[in-house]
Amino acid sequence: MKEEKKKAKLARWVDLNLSNEKLIKMYRDMLHIRRFEERAAQEYGKGKIGGFCHLYIGQEATGVGAISALREDDFIYTAYRDHGLALARGMESKGCMAELFGKATGVSKGIGGSMHFYDLAKGFMGGWGIVGGHPPLAAGSAFATKYQGRDSVTICFMGEASTNQGVFHETLNMAQLWKLPVIFICENNGYGMGTAISRAMAGEHLFEKAAGYEMARGAVNGMDVIEMYREMSVAINRARTEMLPTFIEARTYRYRGHSMSDPGQYRTKEEIEEYKKRDPVETFGKELIAEGILKETDLEAMDELIKQEVQEAVEFADASPQPSLDVLHNNIYA
Amino acid sequence: MAVLQIREAINQAIAEEMERDPGVFIMGEEVAQYNGAYKVTQGLWKKYGDKRVIDTPITEAGFAGIGIGAAMTGIGVRPIVEMMTWNFAILAFDQIMNHAAKARYMSSGQFKVPIVFRGPNGPAHMLGAQHSQALESMVAHVPGLIVMTPSTPYDAKGMLKAAIRDDNPVIFMESELMYGIKGEVPDEEYLIPIGKGDIKRDGSDVTIIAWTKMVAVALKAAEELQKEGINAEVIDPRTIRPLDEELILESVRKTNRCVIVEDSWPFASVGTEIAHRIHTKAFDDLDAPVEKINAADIPMPYAENLEHEAMPNAEKVITAVKKVMYR
Ligand SMILES: Cc1ncc(C[n+]2csc(CCOP(=O)(O)OP(=O)(O)O)c2C)c(N)n1
Repeated sequence: MKEEKKKAKLARWVDLNLSNEKLIKMYRDMLHIRRFEERAAQEYGKGKIGGFCHLYIGQEATGVGAISALREDDFIYTAYRDHGLALARGMESKGCMAELFGKATGVSKGIGGSMHFYDLAKGFMGGWGIVGGHPPLAAGSAFATKYQGRDSVTICFMGEASTNQGVFHETLNMAQLWKLPVIFICENNGYGMGTAISRAMAGEHLFEKAAGYEMARGAVNGMDVIEMYREMSVAINRARTEMLPTFIEARTYRYRGHSMSDPGQYRTKEEIEEYKKRDPVETFGKELIAEGILKETDLEAMDELIKQEVQEAVEFADASPQPSLDVLHNNIYA
Repeated sequence: MAVLQIREAINQAIAEEMERDPGVFIMGEEVAQYNGAYKVTQGLWKKYGDKRVIDTPITEAGFAGIGIGAAMTGIGVRPIVEMMTWNFAILAFDQIMNHAAKARYMSSGQFKVPIVFRGPNGPAHMLGAQHSQALESMVAHVPGLIVMTPSTPYDAKGMLKAAIRDDNPVIFMESELMYGIKGEVPDEEYLIPIGKGDIKRDGSDVTIIAWTKMVAVALKAAEELQKEGINAEVIDPRTIRPLDEELILESVRKTNRCVIVEDSWPFASVGTEIAHRIHTKAFDDLDAPVEKINAADIPMPYAENLEHEAMPNAEKVITAVKKVMYR
């Protein structure tokens, strides 16, 4: 096991055709999410952001690894923990922060809020608040692209707790039955709100839920952006060329509470610290240095630039106007 | 008398009924170890343990149905099912509407379904469209269901105890924003019967009808109106179905004018039904058509200013009152 790891470490991504530029971008995207979310937490504390606010901190590698493997004409669905994935898809800090602030310049023009980020042009289909509600929509997107003869794929992030919902199983069944090019990425962060998965799910092997539908499936270390990318590449290829779905369990962890209002007393400090030792951002940064792709000073400079970008986003959001009252009744119908 | 928050009053009602009847248990998401998403079930798991305070997976349709099935067996099991919010209970509407509401009728009275589905309903603050829905008219539409909507700690406790003891499926709708509201609650036991409304403020010039969160809005409007010499009566039906029609009609016969305030959408709302009953049963007593103030007829927007604009408030109620008074 140890040997294998060592061998892989020398060039563990050589098989993936990843340019240095791409590797650096993956690191940058993760750091960007981290800094954006840290700042969002601060702004929430100041009362600039309202409602629920679910942070993605700790789970960056899952989203960035998966989304980095996509093409521009692919589609992404997720639940309410959506800020990080939106940023990974290239949605701008400014529009994302402004949405959190409930401003007209937000990605959903202040109508959606934290849980409902959308950018159709980028294939970012949101941002959904009902646990288990969106997986069939993602399968529907795959249905549509296949129907129109396109080779786009759809990826669907979901929390592990949502896999207990009936509609999740209905969706997996149809996705396999109808051979839909959709990839379900179950971000298993161990907890649905305050409930450890072991208290809510019968059976131990989450990804084997897909076995009942004879769907391609597996678990991956979701704290490792390269492993995530690798598994996704296989799944994407299967979806594009064979029109077949995949279920991936990405094992990850959220550092913060379920949402900003959750003190998180259901888990120990030690547990959180244990995961932080495998921090996806830090680990990958170190690896890029070890591989000679970046220097420590590059990381620092990048961090500065990102912080600057996030600062500008906050200023932009703050200075932006609230939506006009005139829009209240817009967009109820097409 | 103790001064309790609504969440504490509900907690007491559950605890007392659990104490009284070993067949009463509660289940729902985060109700046990987390003490409830809104801390309504605080301490119950510690006291009653896993058997009677049960954390469920996030599977609303499933555990609603398990509750209904448990209630129907007729062997003394009386489930309380907490819905984290009614937005999520939509997943369980098949179980509630197609199963709980119909079991007794279809079996020609063989089954009783003594179950309570309870949780917060209606918009809170900046939670966006999927988390900000007042759904009482959807359940009130269904024959076979009882729908209760308390507005004070006193009412919440007495009503919930009656709901738990009732042999029918009861939909009990609370409000996130009201859990912290305080009020006096007697130390001795009391029940508030299903179907019995309450006069929250005596008045003679106009009747304002409101329930849960909107009662406070109505009372605030009434206070403002008093300054202008308009004496409003505020009626809280407390139970939406069956409706305390007599209380409402009596008030309207006295005041001859009525405004209904609800934070649900206007189309086919509970207020629509109440207005219809007043128009048909107290037509000759009315000096003006009944007015209705609702949330805007839109999915709830996130932005604070838009949400504020979309919600009923005292000013809107005052305007409506002046309209029915031709002032
Ligand atoms: C149908 C439904 N039930 C309950 C909720 C409240 N709720 C929001 S998130 C959540 C936990 C979900 O956990 P998981 O699916 O594992 O995702 P994570 O939050 O860990 O990303 C709950 C209970 C909801 N939004 N929708």
